[in-house]
Amino acid sequence: MSILVKNLKHTYMRKTPFEKDALKGISLEIKKGEFVAIIGHTGSGKSTLLQHFNGLLLPTDGEICIDGERITKKNLLSIRRKVGFVFQYPEHQLFEDTVYKDIAFGLKRFKLTDEEVRERVLYASKLVGLDERLFERSVFELSGGEKRRVAVCGVLVSNPSYLILDEPASGLDSKGKRDMLALLQKLNESGVTVILVSHSMDDVAEVAGRVIVMKDGAVVLDGTPLEVFSQRDYLSSLDLDIPEVTRMFMDFADRSGLDIPVVIKKQEGVALIRQLIAEGRLLK
Amino acid sequence: MKVSLGRYVPAKSLFHLADPRTKIIWTIVMMVFVLMCRNWIEYTIAGVFIVGCFIASRISFKFILQSLRPILVILIITSLFNFLFYHGAHVAFFIGSKPIYFESISMSIKTVLRVTMLVVSASLLTYTSTPVAITDGLESLMRPLTVLHVPVHEIALMMSIALRFIPTFADETDKIIKAQAARGAEFDSGNVFKKIKSYIPVLIPLFIAAFRSAEEMSTAMEARCYRGGKGRTRYKVLKFSASDVIITVLTVIFFTSIILLHIYIRKDISVSHIFINNF
Repeated sequence: MSILVKNLKHTYMRKTPFEKDALKGISLEIKKGEFVAIIGHTGSGKSTLLQHFNGLLLPTDGEICIDGERITKKNLLSIRRKVGFVFQYPEHQLFEDTVYKDIAFGLKRFKLTDEEVRERVLYASKLVGLDERLFERSVFELSGGEKRRVAVCGVLVSNPSYLILDEPASGLDSKGKRDMLALLQKLNESGVTVILVSHSMDDVAEVAGRVIVMKDGAVVLDGTPLEVFSQRDYLSSLDLDIPEVTRMFMDFADRSGLDIPVVIKKQEGVALIRQLIAEGRLLK
Repeated sequence: MKVSLGRYVPAKSLFHLADPRTKIIWTIVMMVFVLMCRNWIEYTIAGVFIVGCFIASRISFKFILQSLRPILVILIITSLFNFLFYHGAHVAFFIGSKPIYFESISMSIKTVLRVTMLVVSASLLTYTSTPVAITDGLESLMRPLTVLHVPVHEIALMMSIALRFIPTFADETDKIIKAQAARGAEFDSGNVFKKIKSYIPVLIPLFIAAFRSAEEMSTAMEARCYRGGKGRTRYKVLKFSASDVIITVLTVIFFTSIILLHIYIRKDISVSHIFINNF
């Protein structure tokens, strides 16, 4: 049970003067239950790769299999039931006059009774922490964070086993961001495979279990956040940052000469300082 | 998105370098004369000239075919109507009991040629000049109308904004369709009404996006002290260059040859006459 990508290539605007190779032969496997973050500079092909996972784009060459089923033009609907996709801007998908109807939109294809629809909507909205009192409001009256949550909710009603998100936390205020990340972690713990693209290395370090780094349509690094973010110089050659806290402790290690491990999460940083104090190494 | 009518294709050619005003006038002249063509000699001259211009513009043949795709249905229907219902004097053959005339065959071919040449010459303008250049050219050509209190600058601005946002909204539409497809919208199933209805989830976000961009744009323009066309200077001043002279001279030659033909060959030399003279 996994997403299997074999030698995937994608060329935009083929056979025109605007032709562009967006993906140049990518092979990877994402196993069920993983939490994967894809990072890379603008134009590195992350969004293109993402859109292949549920057949929004079809490969120019190579193939993708979802749970052993190869994505073709014919099985798009069944693939999209399994693989949910949340776009960066909720404005791109919200259109119904009420929040409830908008969340239920994706259920039309399942031919459920009203009661079953209501059950599913309630379940999904509880999952994303959406207040039931918002159900009869217009989608256009909501705040940015609420809109995004409705958008995620509208995808989750179909109960996908893979959830793909393009920049889920960008443009949200700090509470909205924290809630969104916590939601994704909760979903992942309940068994949903989460794949996201993000520009915020802090977020990636906090939530992801695996980081894939892309450059010019190819995967250049693939590993745990710790492995990836340890390579500060290589990442900066790709114009990519490392998490704030990682940089801070690396600078600290350089200046103080102390031998401290690479830290990628804030909590680890706090724990490390406590440990250093306890061992008396900070007092020198 | 596969919208090719009205899309700029960058290249270096006689036509790309020419002033948009030359190309606009060229297009208008072509359209008038294509519509004036009556006989096969005139059609041939017009056709050869337009094909020549296209070769000079270095636009690939594929793009020309693409520009014709949207009007394919119109072409087929009009030529079919001409073929079946045009009345002539010389019967070529019968379909059932319905006579088909030599004139109707020639007429339907002419109609196809005429519409094709119209579209091709218009698309030559849009393939070789950026939308901004076209509106600049139009504004400059319409300037004399300001005397009649026609808001030329405003019209040009509206056009350039509309043109500018076509690709933006095309991209936006693409994203919205994808976002809706990702959560289970189906666009290609069911009957016509179902299909139309299935586009509501695309249209509403698109309209909202359009209103939002309009609002943002007007704020941005005000913030940069936009106050209409009066006293505005241009970053790109339109200039008449060598390629304009070449295009103008060629067009004038074409123009006069057609006019002369029109005056001297009064009689319609159509296929039917050729056929009849030969048989």
